[in-house]
Amino acid sequence: MAATAMLAGAAACNSTNGNTSSSSGGGDKCGLELAYFGALTGSAANLGVNIAQGAELAINQYNEKNKDCQVTLRKFDSQGSADVAPGLARQVIQNKKIIGVIGPVFSGESESADPIFEEAGIPLITPSATRPTLSTNGWKVFHRAVANDLAQGPAAGNYIKSVLKAEKVFVVDDQSAYGSGLAEQVKKVLGAAVVDTDKVQGDGKQNDFSATVTKITSSGATALFYGGYYQNAGLLRKQLTGAGWKGVLVAGDGVNDPGYVKAAGNDAAEGSILTCPCAPAAKASGTFVADYKAKWSVDAGTYSDVAYDAANIFLQGIDAGNTTAEKLNTYLGTVNYKGVANTYKFTDKGELDSAQIIVWAFKVTNGEVVPDVEAPKS
Amino acid sequence: MHYLSEHFSSLFRDFGQLTTTGLAQGAIYALFALGYTLVYGVLRLINFAHSEVFMVGTFGAVLTWSALGLDQNSHINGVGSVVLYLLVGLLAAVIASGGTAIVVELTAYRPLRRKNAPPLVFLITAIGASTVLSELVGVLSDRSVRSSPIFVQPHELIRVGNTSLTNVQLILIVTALVMMVALDLFINRTRLGRGVRAVAQNPDSAALMGVNKNRVISLIFLIGGLMAGVAAVMYMMKIGTTRYDSGFYLGIKAFTAAVLGGIGNLRGALLGGLLLGLVENYGSGFFGSQWHDAVAFAALVLILLFRPTGLLGESLGRARA
Repeated sequence: MAATAMLAGAAACNSTNGNTSSSSGGGDKCGLELAYFGALTGSAANLGVNIAQGAELAINQYNEKNKDCQVTLRKFDSQGSADVAPGLARQVIQNKKIIGVIGPVFSGESESADPIFEEAGIPLITPSATRPTLSTNGWKVFHRAVANDLAQGPAAGNYIKSVLKAEKVFVVDDQSAYGSGLAEQVKKVLGAAVVDTDKVQGDGKQNDFSATVTKITSSGATALFYGGYYQNAGLLRKQLTGAGWKGVLVAGDGVNDPGYVKAAGNDAAEGSILTCPCAPAAKASGTFVADYKAKWSVDAGTYSDVAYDAANIFLQGIDAGNTTAEKLNTYLGTVNYKGVANTYKFTDKGELDSAQIIVWAFKVTNGEVVPDVEAPKS
Repeated sequence: MHYLSEHFSSLFRDFGQLTTTGLAQGAIYALFALGYTLVYGVLRLINFAHSEVFMVGTFGAVLTWSALGLDQNSHINGVGSVVLYLLVGLLAAVIASGGTAIVVELTAYRPLRRKNAPPLVFLITAIGASTVLSELVGVLSDRSVRSSPIFVQPHELIRVGNTSLTNVQLILIVTALVMMVALDLFINRTRLGRGVRAVAQNPDSAALMGVNKNRVISLIFLIGGLMAGVAAVMYMMKIGTTRYDSGFYLGIKAFTAAVLGGIGNLRGALLGGLLLGLVENYGSGFFGSQWHDAVAFAALVLILLFRPTGLLGESLGRARA
């Protein structure tokens, strides 16, 4: 495992982007670097790539405006793995030019890498890791640019209750800290409407869900909440449809990916509701949506806009003269930044200010994950 | 007490349904287990690479289907074209799996056999071959998921009360039965089969009697690979997606099924597979799906306590001559 981490680290180091600084500009803000930390390869790579591209766009735009004083983005590919992350984080902190991290992207890798960033005092903004407990470890460098699952879970539960008006709901989770935590939040909101629950194995460990499917169909439930990631959610949805179940599958941001539709097939996935503690990237303000499309030839994905904002928060801090990791971290505690996706203000624990929490529900329509409504708050 | 009665009532309510779906999953275990048992019966070797032989088969089928322009959203109309596509996929899977099994035998096992390596060395090369194959496919496929179309839309054939049997389940169970019977006939009734039994009983005497040992061994790897190819297509028909590591857990389960039925015994593989599918489903129904695997292995230990050689516990070599 250590060897894998080293290989991944070595590969990541080569994937720099943009020019290194030109010293002619002078001033100590020149030649600084920011890091992207998250999956670029592996089975969950899509979400990471969305984020890396959002951040890269922000930095490219900054460099175009500041031709004589560039900031470089270095990308570190964690493969989304909590095992690879610590070795990679050590590589990040060895590079003294890096004074801010965009990421880590997933909750599992955050738990293993964040203590290393904390130790080195390098500020980080995660645009996507939603496990609530990440902010309760006393990490001073931790900042989360989206709401956590204490907001997403109730929003999903309320959607089931007031939009779907389901009276019988079945709740399944994959026993991961993300999946089971989110499912618990949903159960709290639904209360007696939960007719039964079941727990399955994680992605790759179980493909046949016949016992769970049997329980769901015979429970009479008209809605299913699934806490977990998109691969198993898709397989479960496909097998439910195969068994003739006509209810609606509702899941969180771990399933909010085209990979879900691919695993389930368009027909079975149709009508599924996927929440996200984010606004649709297509609704981001300013020229972001067009700029992103022009730069990457694809539409902005889940959290691309948040990553763009996170990078810009760092860049604005650097412009304001916060050219060390320590100063930049202090600066994050004071920001009130209006970005393209949201307005960012962090609490002393690094959480997004509660007034800025947004949760949206998306619906699978004709094989595409499209925005449905902003989820009701209560 | 209330807790228990609730669990019993849900198990009883779903008992029939858990039985049919459990048998369908067990049929996949059984097809898969035949490959383990066949190789073990002759060589006393656990071919851990068999799970990757299966996985390569699923990729063979999926890549062939996508080359024909089919993906997870394709709608295939008409029984004729469904059967045709399935046969083409089967052919591709069988070639991919059979070829992989032969390559593993020629590169990982035969050179060691020639040098009379101790059994432990074979175990290591088996695990090595398994890892190499799975990583190779993982890197080549970007570790992403590949999906096949739904060839047979499941629909109920029979329904009795709460219990239904779908066409897909029936196809799976019948296929496993047919393959087991065909293999059994081949081993017990044909000339090549007699050679296989001879090598299983005593390789040296068989060689003295004019049986080409290496050819027999290649043959059983090939047949094991063909079985994995059939299992691969059945799996794609049932689950519909595959990944570089899709053989791993299934392989452990199929190996368990082979041991449960009596490793080296073809009928045991079928019995063990079906039984394992049932036990897993009943366990999931009663305790919840998080106990899926724990229940299966607890059952294995329990059965082996009373029948250390497995349920049918006789080896291929000692099958009736």
